[in-house]
Amino acid sequence: MKIAVCLRRVPDTTTKIVIGSTGTSIDESGVKFVPNPYDEYAIEAALALKEKAGAGETVVVALGSDVVQETMRTALAMGVDRGVHLQGTPSVDGLENARVLAEHLRNGGYDVVLFGKLAVDDYGQQTGAMVAELLELPCATAISKLELADGRASVEREVEGGVEQATCALPAVFTCDKGLNNPRLPSLKGIMAAKKKPLEVVPVAPQAGATTVVALALPPERAAGRIVGEGAAAVPALMQLLTTEAKAI
Amino acid sequence: MADILAVIETRAGTVRKGAAELLSAARRLADASGGKVDALVCVNGQVSGADVLGPSGADNVLTASHESFANYCPDGITATVASLAAKYRAILVSATATGKDLAPRIAARISAACAMDVTAIDVSGEAIRVVRPVYAGKAVQTVQLAGTSTVIVMRPGAYAAAANGRAGTAASVPVPPFVRRLEVTGIRTSDKGALDVAEARVVISGGRGLGDPRHFALLDDLAAAFGGEAAVGASRAVVDAGWAEHGAQVGQTGKTVSPELYIAVGISGAIQHLAGMRTAKVIVAINRDKDAPIFKVADYGIVGDLFEVVPALTAAVKAAKAH
Repeated sequence: MKIAVCLRRVPDTTTKIVIGSTGTSIDESGVKFVPNPYDEYAIEAALALKEKAGAGETVVVALGSDVVQETMRTALAMGVDRGVHLQGTPSVDGLENARVLAEHLRNGGYDVVLFGKLAVDDYGQQTGAMVAELLELPCATAISKLELADGRASVEREVEGGVEQATCALPAVFTCDKGLNNPRLPSLKGIMAAKKKPLEVVPVAPQAGATTVVALALPPERAAGRIVGEGAAAVPALMQLLTTEAKAI
Repeated sequence: MADILAVIETRAGTVRKGAAELLSAARRLADASGGKVDALVCVNGQVSGADVLGPSGADNVLTASHESFANYCPDGITATVASLAAKYRAILVSATATGKDLAPRIAARISAACAMDVTAIDVSGEAIRVVRPVYAGKAVQTVQLAGTSTVIVMRPGAYAAAANGRAGTAASVPVPPFVRRLEVTGIRTSDKGALDVAEARVVISGGRGLGDPRHFALLDDLAAAFGGEAAVGASRAVVDAGWAEHGAQVGQTGKTVSPELYIAVGISGAIQHLAGMRTAKVIVAINRDKDAPIFKVADYGIVGDLFEVVPALTAAVKAAKAH
């Protein structure tokens, strides 16, 4: 069982966003970067699949500048066997990044390729499915359940009002949603071991692609609200406002 | 002249809600350059609910029928859209669970850019610019999409459904041969009812202030008082504690919601939570702590014990709805 996990480095979700001087990206000074939270479900799934299979290899693959190696070490500390750093500047166009990843994964002999369902920075929500398409592999996105048996996968994914069930043959690409598992924390032993795990660097050059970021701005502030009152006694006043002023009921 | 293809989502042979909104967005793009809008429906046999498509803005309604389309069939729909794509400047898809799954597959197949969760479209000359929230809504990105074709995934509610009376001329289109790599076998509907927080007109979310998972019943009662148009959401803290399903989580690692009315109960308002609901039309907060950050984004706040306030509100909503 050979499994790849594609990892992104993103600002911590508590980050207060400040727009950078170019007006098209955030000001990264003072920002703490972490592994993309959804990618942690992918890492945990990879580790669990290998453990269940009893043998195999897990590989973390990340596209980015050298700073991404620190993020990759977190995956290695969680238990991933080795890393491949696709060294280059990611495009703002999801398809171009998918092309670089697909090119690397194509001949890797992977049974399963895992992604997070989205990265909490650009919310592109496309790389995993695009990689699958480029590799002509089966793909299920945003899965919350994954079971493998006899070379096939059974998955579940949340859709509006229910849970969709699907199956496919391996090799396959999956993107992972919250609910799939509970990612383990890196142990002290794991952190020490991660420093010695192999991390291969492969220079890549994503194309610019068809997407250009023209502007990045903060959303409009909401107008200041008001405290209607205290306790249950304030409910009639609230109802009055909701029905007449806000027309929400 | 730029024609637009709107890929209409169906479930169990029925057009899903959101089709008219998608067509409003499609018309906006097409009308900027005098183009037409075609709606594509992929079904197995007959489709119901397609009569809304013409009046909502579709010049033509293209039906692709295939036995594999009884359930969602991403590989077949991708192949069908790709076979038509060369005729269209843009392909529009709704940003539902299904649409978000489908759109990148289409984009990769036809070598086009894909813009997800778009809230506004702007056309000037040949260039298409779209606006989309990033960093869970903590920032807004404007993106220019080049290329002969592009895939745009419209967030539900971005453009309101409107009367855009068009002919909706019916035509059938062939489904090209495709390999069905993923086989969707069905949908297990959730026992909590069919309404999802991302689609509900009213969302009532609970946080740690509820004190105990059983107290979500208070929110279920309030939701029920709205008569089938409200869904119950949750903060990350209580989802992580196992009090609520992850599908109910509102915020940066959960869902982004834009309901008409959002009622936050016992939620202090962490930055990640605020990011997921700040685009709601009206926000009500009920919290014991008058300094809770949630009151900074709420239009209306009640400071007090939720165990008193929520039942009183439930009774008041019931009474209002009874009129």
